[in-house]
Amino acid sequence: MTIDFALDCGIALLVLAVAGWTIVARASFAAVVGFVSFGLLVTLAWVRLAAIDVALTEAAIGSGLTGALLLGAAARLRSNETAKQAEVPGAALRIASALLAATVAATLAAAVLLLPDPAPTLAPAAAANSGATGLGNPVTNVLIAFRAMDTMLEKVVLVLALVGVWSLAADRCWGGMPSPPRGADSGDATAFLAQLLTPLGIVVGIYILWEGADHPGGAFQGGTILAAMWLLVMMAGLAKAPAISRRSLRLVLIAGPAVFLVVGLAGLWFGAAFLAYPVDHAKAVILVIEFVMTLTIAVTLALLLAGPPDREASP
Amino acid sequence: MSILLDIFTVVAVTAGAFFFLAGTVGLLRFPDPLTRLHALSKADNLGVGLIVLGLLPRAAGPIGALKLIAVWLLVQAAGATVSQLIARAARRGMSQP
Repeated sequence: MTIDFALDCGIALLVLAVAGWTIVARASFAAVVGFVSFGLLVTLAWVRLAAIDVALTEAAIGSGLTGALLLGAAARLRSNETAKQAEVPGAALRIASALLAATVAATLAAAVLLLPDPAPTLAPAAAANSGATGLGNPVTNVLIAFRAMDTMLEKVVLVLALVGVWSLAADRCWGGMPSPPRGADSGDATAFLAQLLTPLGIVVGIYILWEGADHPGGAFQGGTILAAMWLLVMMAGLAKAPAISRRSLRLVLIAGPAVFLVVGLAGLWFGAAFLAYPVDHAKAVILVIEFVMTLTIAVTLALLLAGPPDREASP
Repeated sequence: MSILLDIFTVVAVTAGAFFFLAGTVGLLRFPDPLTRLHALSKADNLGVGLIVLGLLPRAAGPIGALKLIAVWLLVQAAGATVSQLIARAARRGMSQP
């Protein structure tokens, strides 16, 4: 038994153990902590599988962003959680939900186990055409060129999610500012970290975006880091969240999908198909899309976490 | 020369792992949040620091070594800040009945 094999077995066992613990944890705060640790362990598993792009995304989105969103939800639910835990659902409801969960798990397991071997893959086709875009990272190639439609719709979904969060605002606060979560006396330590880390984080975020062309990285991972830096500054009280009615903010929010759409329509007009990039300038066009997309992703994710506006717009 | 570096790596990484073990034992055994934090921050600073120190001779060139040191410094900054925040929250929780 080699050390690598032992390491893989250890990670797999830990992932299963933490997943089980997350499910049986009674308090929602504990469950969220379990979920975040689960995400970080799954990140290690992806690194072991040499899928660095997926690992970065899992750490940034799956564990970090989702974890922070769930923490916020758990904090909001805390006041009536004990009352909820006291009431036990009826036996029929519990058996029905257990059956439903078991059926879903069994179906998923069957679908994975019954995959033909080797599993159907488009990887050889993607690798064969990788020269078409001038990018060295096959994952970025697939995301931004071969499956560009999916990526574009993903950005539209992000904007829709933000609209959903904003629609929770009270009428009098509409157009006002969200107040990101802030400890009552989080004061000096957070402010120090925000001042120290933010310049570094901005450089790292842009670096990951830029490296995404040829190495693991890209718009989503870079944008998440930028969003985290902005949130850190807002949570430390060094900057206020923007009023959601601000015109420039809304332009940035729709810039990513808009640039994507314009490029797509231009492809339809001048080229072969929707989202067909000009052959000679494919890389330049892709870079423009990725830069604008990163900005949109960063602002959208930060505002998603900042929550619905709960302060009235200043006159 | 290379055997000396190997010994250095083994000793430093083992010492780092020891601090992680000690920190985890402290986290599980100490009675209240502040002492548990004390144990945890030792594991973070010394454990990661010693492991990074041990891995420095194996880094691919000076850039790789600088990246390792940057990781250590970032872990320290994050760990120190989080410890402060948790300690304040714990003290607030203790002062309230």
